[in-house]
Amino acid sequence: MPTKQRQNVAAVGQIPKPNVLKPSKAASKKKDDDDSTDVGDGVEEWTQAKTLIKPRDQLELTEAELNEEFTRILTANNPHAPQNIVRYSFKERAYKAVSMVEQLAVHFSLDGNLLHKDSDEARRQKLRMGGLEGPTHIDSPAAEPADNMETEEHPGTPVPAAGDEGADGEDAPKLKERKLTNQFNFSERASQSLNNPLRERACQTEPPPREVFSASANQWEIYDAYVEELKKQQKLKEKPKAPASKKEEETPSRRRMGATESQSDDISKLAKSCKIMERMVNQNSFDDVTQDFKYFEDPADEFRGQEGTLMPLWKFQQEQAKGLAVTALCWNPNYKDLFAVAHGSYDFMKQNRGLVLFYSLKNPSFPEYLFSADSGVMCLDLHRDHPYLVAAGFYDGNVAIYNLKADTPQPSFISSAKSGKHTDPVWQVKWQRDDMDNNPNFFSVSSDGRVVSWTLVKDELVHSDVIKLSFSGTTASGPEGLRLHIHGSGTAFDFHWQTEYLYLVGTEEGNIHKCSKAYSSKFLDTYEAHSMAVDTVRWNPFHPKVFISCSSDWTVKIWQHDVKSPMFVFDLSAPVADVAWAPYSSTVFAAVTVDGKVHVFDLSVNKYEALCQQPVVAKKKTKLTHVEFNPVYPILIVGDDRGYVTSLKLSPNLRKMPKEKKGQEAQKGPEVEVAKLDKLLALVREPDIQQGETESPTHRAEY
Amino acid sequence: MADPGESKKDEADYKRMHSFPLIRHTDMPEEMRVETMELCVTACEKFASNNESAAKMIKETMDKKFGSSWHVVIGEGFGFEITHEVKNLLYMFFGGSLAICVWKCS
Repeated sequence: MPTKQRQNVAAVGQIPKPNVLKPSKAASKKKDDDDSTDVGDGVEEWTQAKTLIKPRDQLELTEAELNEEFTRILTANNPHAPQNIVRYSFKERAYKAVSMVEQLAVHFSLDGNLLHKDSDEARRQKLRMGGLEGPTHIDSPAAEPADNMETEEHPGTPVPAAGDEGADGEDAPKLKERKLTNQFNFSERASQSLNNPLRERACQTEPPPREVFSASANQWEIYDAYVEELKKQQKLKEKPKAPASKKEEETPSRRRMGATESQSDDISKLAKSCKIMERMVNQNSFDDVTQDFKYFEDPADEFRGQEGTLMPLWKFQQEQAKGLAVTALCWNPNYKDLFAVAHGSYDFMKQNRGLVLFYSLKNPSFPEYLFSADSGVMCLDLHRDHPYLVAAGFYDGNVAIYNLKADTPQPSFISSAKSGKHTDPVWQVKWQRDDMDNNPNFFSVSSDGRVVSWTLVKDELVHSDVIKLSFSGTTASGPEGLRLHIHGSGTAFDFHWQTEYLYLVGTEEGNIHKCSKAYSSKFLDTYEAHSMAVDTVRWNPFHPKVFISCSSDWTVKIWQHDVKSPMFVFDLSAPVADVAWAPYSSTVFAAVTVDGKVHVFDLSVNKYEALCQQPVVAKKKTKLTHVEFNPVYPILIVGDDRGYVTSLKLSPNLRKMPKEKKGQEAQKGPEVEVAKLDKLLALVREPDIQQGETESPTHRAEY
Repeated sequence: MADPGESKKDEADYKRMHSFPLIRHTDMPEEMRVETMELCVTACEKFASNNESAAKMIKETMDKKFGSSWHVVIGEGFGFEITHEVKNLLYMFFGGSLAICVWKCS
């Protein structure tokens, strides 16, 4: 029923529209006109604003020309249409002019796809659509039209008009939605794009860490806490009262320091425990060596008679020191397990860099300290009272002081060309006792023939030449009467441990000069000791008159400084690189030769031959360069030209003390040692008294 | 006669001396701890007679400053066992008689 009604209404409303609307036509038409003009004006305004572009070939006209008026009358006549058409009229049997001439000219025609909504076609389509849509609008519009009719019924207004309005209001949106299409040239197409596949992804973060905390609060607990806190505060107050004024002044700087300290503290703390760990690991891995070092006494010595052996213990090596010869060894006077090694090169052609390393027996795998230098380090010495001060001499003639306490890889003090450095390699440095102003000072000897005293005054190294070595001839006459000063070249020296001014200087020419610090121009004595460069001279640590020297001429010689000729001469059948007195006996010394052997002598046991003569290097060509006794333990360290340092334990035969006589207490002490050596010297000296001074007064112990 | 007067004086003394905030336990970072402590002091002084309001103020401010969800307990006597996010707990005394526990757990 409702559909029928609606359709009826629509039909009534739309079909007779032109007729029915007549009463209100005038008003509506006026409205329409207004609308259209309005729209038209709007469009014109809008387009004018946009189309002000001049064509390129437009004529340029002057103002006058522009203002000129042309009057033309536009007519609806077609100028091309002929005016004089005549047609034959059969009725009148004559030609007659045709009065009605076609004036229409078609310039353009286009078939549109729009339909006038009042046309038959449109009406039919509407009917069809209405039929289709009908069921969708069953309920809602059912009552409405009736209501509309009732409410909008005015006296004098025809009923159909009201229905028309209602229907219009109803249908208008629908008509707008659906464009009326021409069935002949309209086609509908549809397509669907591909839907992207969906994917699910999920992840879960870890929840923030949580903790459980529990406590209980009540009045007495709170009270107790406050009382305790107050007590603490009072204590704190009492303490800093005295130095309060000072503290206030210091706080800013201290705070700053504190900040930097705390930063480095963590690492340094770690470093300490790392060091301990490292030593523990080393102790584990070198356990057998450590046991040998401490407890092993070669039982075979008893059956070997006088001879002894050297037992290799740790071998010290460092990646950076590979290929750098060991140029000096020195034990730390405070820590008996710590020693310093200097690395450089004795080869004139292969000079590049140097190293100073500090090894501990407790950690044979890595040095405790490491300083690298641009020039080869040729010698070093540790200060006896301040073992952290290390004096070093370089191949380029400089001397420097390293401070183990200062945490820098650079030397704390270094000489320069201005401050009187040597012009040739420095062969030996030796700390002296602090001078009268308590300034540390040391001596150095170099190939340039100078022995220089260096004093550390505040922050400066002050030098003073102690002596200039001169060759025995002092001057030689060159060509054209020039007098050339030929200086001697110092290679080694040693200071007397008792007589402070007395010292010995060995030279490249083979002479040994006995000098005094008091005289800078003259030697006290000169020994024509060797035929080649003197490598080492050393005072005996017990006997004040005896010293030892070694040289590349294969010999080791023992001297009494008031006798011009050697007391003992030992030929080791290879250039001797270094010799050292043992700290425990006046008659024991060790020498190293370049053929890789260590020779240990005890004059009190055998005056002619070494008790031990043992090759200690792995490769045949390796040359030993230096030897040093540990001041406490029965070991010695030997350096070679490949950069290795080997520690060797002396077997019991090599450190035998004089046999205890029954009923007597074992005699010990320096006096005994001096007496022991004196006895030996007396044996040697005896013939010299009898034979006089013409013949060689020495007892030659060659083999 | 003297005793009550003295005890009163003691009490006043106690109140005066024990008015400072005393942190009993915290795992907050320094900056956060100071801020939270100051906030607790301000809140407890503002709402001296109403712990609930003080707790509410602290909770809301903490939520704003450090993100939700904060929990606050203020009282003169209570026991508790809580689960809190690490570095987000403050347990302090204030004013001689108040215990304040502030923690975060979302």
